[in-house]
Amino acid sequence: MGILSEKITPADAWSGFKGEAWRESVDVRDFIQANYTPYTADSTFLAGATKRTLKLWEDLSVLLKAEREKGVLDVSADRASTITAHDAGYIDQAAELIVGLQTDAPLKRAIMPNGGLRMVENGLEAFGFELDPSVKEVWTKYRKSHNQGIFDVYSPEILAARKSGVITGLPDAYGRGRIIGDYRRVALYGTDALRAFRQKDFRAIENEVFTDSVMRLREELSEQFRALDELREMAAKYGYDISKPATNAREAIQWTYFAYLAAVKEQNGAAMSLGRVSTFLDIYIQRDIDAGLLTEEQAQELIDDMIIKLRIVRFLRTPEYDQLFSGDPTWVTESIGGMGEDGRPLVTKSSFRFLHTLYNLGPAPEPNLTVLWSTKLPTGFKNFCAKVSADTSAIQYENDDLMRPKWGDDYGIACCVSAMRIGKQMQFFGARSNLAKALLYAINGGVDEKSGVAVAKGFEPIKGDVLDYDEVMAKFDKMMDWLAATYVKALNTVHYMHDKYAYERIEMALHDRDILRTMACGIAGLSVAADSLSAIKHAKVHVIRNEAGLAVDYKIEGSYPAYGNNDDSVDDIAVWLTETFMKKIAAQPYFYRDSMPTQSVLTITSNVVYGKKTGNTPDGRRAGEPFAPGANPMNGRDTKGFVAAGASVAKIPYDSALDGISWTASATPDSLGKTDEERAQNLANCLDGYAAAGGFHVNVNVFNRETLVDAMDHPELYPQLTVRVSGYAVNFVKLTREQQLDVISRTFHAKM
Amino acid sequence: MDILTIKDGLPKAAAGHHTPLDHGFLHSVESGAAVDGPGMRFVFFMAGCQFRCLYCHNPDTWKLHNGRRITLDDAIAEIKPYAGFLKFAGGVTISGGEPLMQAGFVGEMFRRIKQDFGLHTALDTQGFLHGNVEDTFFDNVDLVLLDIKHSDPDTYKRLTAQPLQPTLDFAHRLKRLQKPMWLRYVLVPGWTDGAEDIARLADFVADLGDIVKRVEVLPFHQMGTQKWEQLGIEYPLKDSPTPTPDSVAQARAIFAARGLTVL
Repeated sequence: MGILSEKITPADAWSGFKGEAWRESVDVRDFIQANYTPYTADSTFLAGATKRTLKLWEDLSVLLKAEREKGVLDVSADRASTITAHDAGYIDQAAELIVGLQTDAPLKRAIMPNGGLRMVENGLEAFGFELDPSVKEVWTKYRKSHNQGIFDVYSPEILAARKSGVITGLPDAYGRGRIIGDYRRVALYGTDALRAFRQKDFRAIENEVFTDSVMRLREELSEQFRALDELREMAAKYGYDISKPATNAREAIQWTYFAYLAAVKEQNGAAMSLGRVSTFLDIYIQRDIDAGLLTEEQAQELIDDMIIKLRIVRFLRTPEYDQLFSGDPTWVTESIGGMGEDGRPLVTKSSFRFLHTLYNLGPAPEPNLTVLWSTKLPTGFKNFCAKVSADTSAIQYENDDLMRPKWGDDYGIACCVSAMRIGKQMQFFGARSNLAKALLYAINGGVDEKSGVAVAKGFEPIKGDVLDYDEVMAKFDKMMDWLAATYVKALNTVHYMHDKYAYERIEMALHDRDILRTMACGIAGLSVAADSLSAIKHAKVHVIRNEAGLAVDYKIEGSYPAYGNNDDSVDDIAVWLTETFMKKIAAQPYFYRDSMPTQSVLTITSNVVYGKKTGNTPDGRRAGEPFAPGANPMNGRDTKGFVAAGASVAKIPYDSALDGISWTASATPDSLGKTDEERAQNLANCLDGYAAAGGFHVNVNVFNRETLVDAMDHPELYPQLTVRVSGYAVNFVKLTREQQLDVISRTFHAKM
Repeated sequence: MDILTIKDGLPKAAAGHHTPLDHGFLHSVESGAAVDGPGMRFVFFMAGCQFRCLYCHNPDTWKLHNGRRITLDDAIAEIKPYAGFLKFAGGVTISGGEPLMQAGFVGEMFRRIKQDFGLHTALDTQGFLHGNVEDTFFDNVDLVLLDIKHSDPDTYKRLTAQPLQPTLDFAHRLKRLQKPMWLRYVLVPGWTDGAEDIARLADFVADLGDIVKRVEVLPFHQMGTQKWEQLGIEYPLKDSPTPTPDSVAQARAIFAARGLTVL
């Protein structure tokens, strides 16, 4: 008996669709596999933007400009946001094909105090807004937040590590994010069927022993059930009944977007990713086109309209947060392409249509368009992706050939590089620990090189004047043990409290009941730590101490091989660091909710803040100087070119970094070839070569340094200039000057 | 003298070049730019050049023994980590300096690159020393990037300090061997931008027929200045301007008018 058979027979909604399993239970992948039309030709079928689309985008551009000037355009500070807290809002109701805003007006941000009231207050204050006193009263007198819960538990050591920056960016004052609801389920089944399904899950465990975990699950299922009702209610405000399945392309896009919108109305998560919707939606679009109900131009218009909405997702964040993750990112990541397990490409015409929005609407950082790259992708699609990259620098690539064997063919990327099976897996986002600083702690016996405070207790410093590799390694090994233990304790606390006080009701309602959870740890400063160890090993590093006897600087005698030049004598150190820290994480005694420990080598833009918080390092890097982002070689040290740098990064083993390894590469147009066609072809071939070598992720930027320098001086001329940074894209003009300089100082690969 | 006159002798070049098979002198390598041949190239810049081009942007490669001595196995080991990548993305180019100064070693490198990795290979040369190699040398070369610096023998001599004829002979030899080539022509204002000179060269190149897959007109740049300074030699072109976009377009048009593919 199908899950819908009790109440509805969606004959119209599902007419023409093939396959059986997806009718019996919630199984979007099965639906896709049974119904999608792979597309293997080129991009010539695409349609440009309609007048309506351009007008809507222009209207919005006025608001975007005002927002850029003010930082935050407006805030709904009068109420805590929920799925149903706001009335319907529009940009231009008559002109919009796909509707729905987070609040009642475009770019008006919501407040979500469940994460922490202080974050809300600081965010409002920074941009000149005031919190409604009744909201403050509720969250001070009657309601506890995620943030308060965590600080009730943290140990002094965690607090000290957090303060010094050896662990940074923990989602303990903001929403953890990186959870992708399977928003497609709402389009395929409607909320009634999903409710019925949840009820069945709930009843299935009513005779179990009521342990902590069973009671927690039952409470969560009840919350999910309620959230689905609220979702339906929210859609009703816009005049749509989404209790039933979508019956055409426009509805499928609208239903899917509503489901996502409910999530971003309720959660201010660090990354609120969309998943993998383009090929799913293509099935509806293709059905309508085949039936003569939709033209290519109309199909593109619907996608353009949805993308416009995704471009204006906003959260109220604090200046401290913006310092970590600059450019107001939301990580509305959409994963495009990839190959199916049966060998058919998951590329459809809508994969092209999504990318084509970067032409129709101009480049933009959001949604974070992510191509799941396989060497087996159709050539027409590869070349189109490469062309879009060369023209817009707005897309990133992740290696489908590495991920598919681990996660199947219906995973999506959350945030930047975190793969998860859609609706079947989530992660506990863990930010990152600073390995470069941990190395300094090993040298100084746990005393912070900047503050002089003993952060890690019970360690002896190195006393010699020249660093001995074996001695450093022995001490570093122990320091990494301490770091891993402190770090995992902090993460367990964060996620226990997040589930308790800021549970993602609607996102989890769009997951299976039983899912895989990963504890996604991370490391920063990989190249600095690797180069420092290389210097200690291959050159002679003298220690310079201050009056208090603290090692505060280093003098290098001789030269050392630097990570990023495809030289095993140092790349092996980077590999060793990654593997070793992962083992130390995995060796911890407890992971909240049976989560599976993983790690990433990803810094987003926090490489700047990490650098600021870290003193002089033995590789010659000066105190305060930014780290390289993600798994990148240190700026300017990858002297052998683009390919050597990529080859070094590709050595970092995915098995030890299942949450992803990020590389950001910037090439000048000339280095990629002489004509647009040649550049696209060469870039596509490079991506094949990098993927075949085991490279996990690459952000591709194609522009001249001069363009960026000019954009710093004349931001008004470059409102849409988009730059890929570690795992996401930003509007270059929205970065702080410091971050702009960091981006410019990154190695640009050109011919010698 | 009409440069279209075919002279297919194989003049041996000046003595003093380095021909051992098991080792050579390398200036540097570069692992990724789509400049010297199709796709992304791994480029060996061999040390040593008998030309002294006034606009040379790599004067540091002139002296053979300024290079690093490497064995054949060393050279192959340099490529090995990239072979998988290059298979997809491009191939290997041997440039310089003038690679034919070390023809024996370079020939062995090409043989091993083909034999060990099956990669696309390109030789970047001005052809002057082609008399040093047998026809079989080119069995392992997929593409020749041929620099012809000028079409007038006298100016050529003033520009490069060597005669033009061996290079022209080399072009004809490539035609006889039906070896694909790209012609590369550096456009230096006041030196190589004369319309008649370019037209003469374009006629010559067009006459080579199908083997010419592409003509690249490369605008002179001043990026080599620093190297001249570092070497403490007077850079005769240090005040030369770079060509205007118009003059580059005009030069390209002259080649294109003869049915050549020009970039």
